[in-house]
Amino acid sequence: MNEPAAGRARLLIVDDNKVNRLLLARNLELQGHSVAAAENGRVALEMLHGERFDLVLLDMEMPEMNGFEMLERMVGDLQLRDLPVIVTSSLEDTGSVVRCIELGAEDYLPKPVNPVLLRARINASLEKKRLRDQQKAMMRRFATPEVAQDLQRSGFALGGKRVRASVMFSDIRGFTPLAESQPPEETIELLNTYYTLMFDAISGHGGIVSQMAGDGLMAIFGAPLALPDHCEAAVRAALEMIDLIRLFNAEQAAAGKPQIRIGVGIASGDMVAGYTGTNERATYTCIGDTVNLASRLEAHTKVAARAILIDGATHADLRGVDVESLGSVEIRGKSQPVDVFAVAAPAQQG
Amino acid sequence: MTPPTIDTATFDELKTTAGADFVRELVDTLLVEAPLMLDEMRTALGERSVERLRRAAHSLKSNGMTFGALELAASARDLEVRAAEIVASGDATPLDALAQRYAAAATALAELTRE
Repeated sequence: MNEPAAGRARLLIVDDNKVNRLLLARNLELQGHSVAAAENGRVALEMLHGERFDLVLLDMEMPEMNGFEMLERMVGDLQLRDLPVIVTSSLEDTGSVVRCIELGAEDYLPKPVNPVLLRARINASLEKKRLRDQQKAMMRRFATPEVAQDLQRSGFALGGKRVRASVMFSDIRGFTPLAESQPPEETIELLNTYYTLMFDAISGHGGIVSQMAGDGLMAIFGAPLALPDHCEAAVRAALEMIDLIRLFNAEQAAAGKPQIRIGVGIASGDMVAGYTGTNERATYTCIGDTVNLASRLEAHTKVAARAILIDGATHADLRGVDVESLGSVEIRGKSQPVDVFAVAAPAQQG
Repeated sequence: MTPPTIDTATFDELKTTAGADFVRELVDTLLVEAPLMLDEMRTALGERSVERLRRAAHSLKSNGMTFGALELAASARDLEVRAAEIVASGDATPLDALAQRYAAAATALAELTRE
């Protein structure tokens, strides 16, 4: 993300009056900003989609698309809704000014614009934008882009909605003795590499990692954004994870370092997806029988001595992947035996 | 006492903040753009378009205020506010009055930028 440098920002002036555009541009350039101009809202929206701006100075009375209409479009546009807008106009009725603010304008400056006020308002708006951008960057660090986008679009609310999706659980086999056999710094480094590889494989197939705990992770395919082929995507991601572990192990072996193996369980069906926790601290996750089953299948990989186990629902939607039926298996927490399938996966260790 | 065509305090402040050379260019731009706005108002009156008349008057009002052309701005504001009434009557007299105010302001601004 290109943060506006302190005191210098990229600004867009939107005004149909050439004298006003030139004068405002002059004032802003004298304040050290870089400026572009558009003569109406339609042209401005095109420019905003083609180039990154830090702030918009918007006139209201314009032909083709006036300022009100442009503000309405910006509010409905995920890419533009957080871009600060300062309205500069010689509108005289308070109702119009109120309407601008209600439509999301950050501030209002009457024309002719006082350069001192202009500088103060722009600096305040840019500072607010900088803090918002920081918050967004922070959110991206702790949440997936999909969750961050969902939060941005719908806002945060505890609670969930029913979705049809696939859930994956994965963890490293024999991690505790491995961690005890090497310095903690090396364990952390190994975990970081492991997570980087797993995240790549999961997100590359449209999934999101919703939880990480020690050496284990939980991923969702199909929420918060719907994924039509979530079963296939989850299994393809698991196969890529195994393949990446194989490559990682080759490097580890070459460096005389310990190798790892993972087990993956996948189940598909209805579940409730949403934010759980408290208003202060929450996480995006899924809950339901399907989730419990995926977790049990992952645990069962040790018993079955297979890398990837899937349930019947996931198997039913798979195309072109070799699987072997393990028959009906008693799974802890399930009153009835469950049909379990092992996905053919390459050996993880050299 | 007749008010000055251009409020020199406003005009001087404009020169101080934007620079005298720039203001000279800005006046040149006004001298090109304002006649187009006046034409637009006459066309709008002929086509009975309240919105276009109001918008063009609003635009000229804004420029009048920028340069300290207070009478021009007041006259343009009057047209902006009364656009519907003027279009309904079809009376071009307010536009003629505005054109005269503009001509006076243009002459005064040209003088001031030559100083």
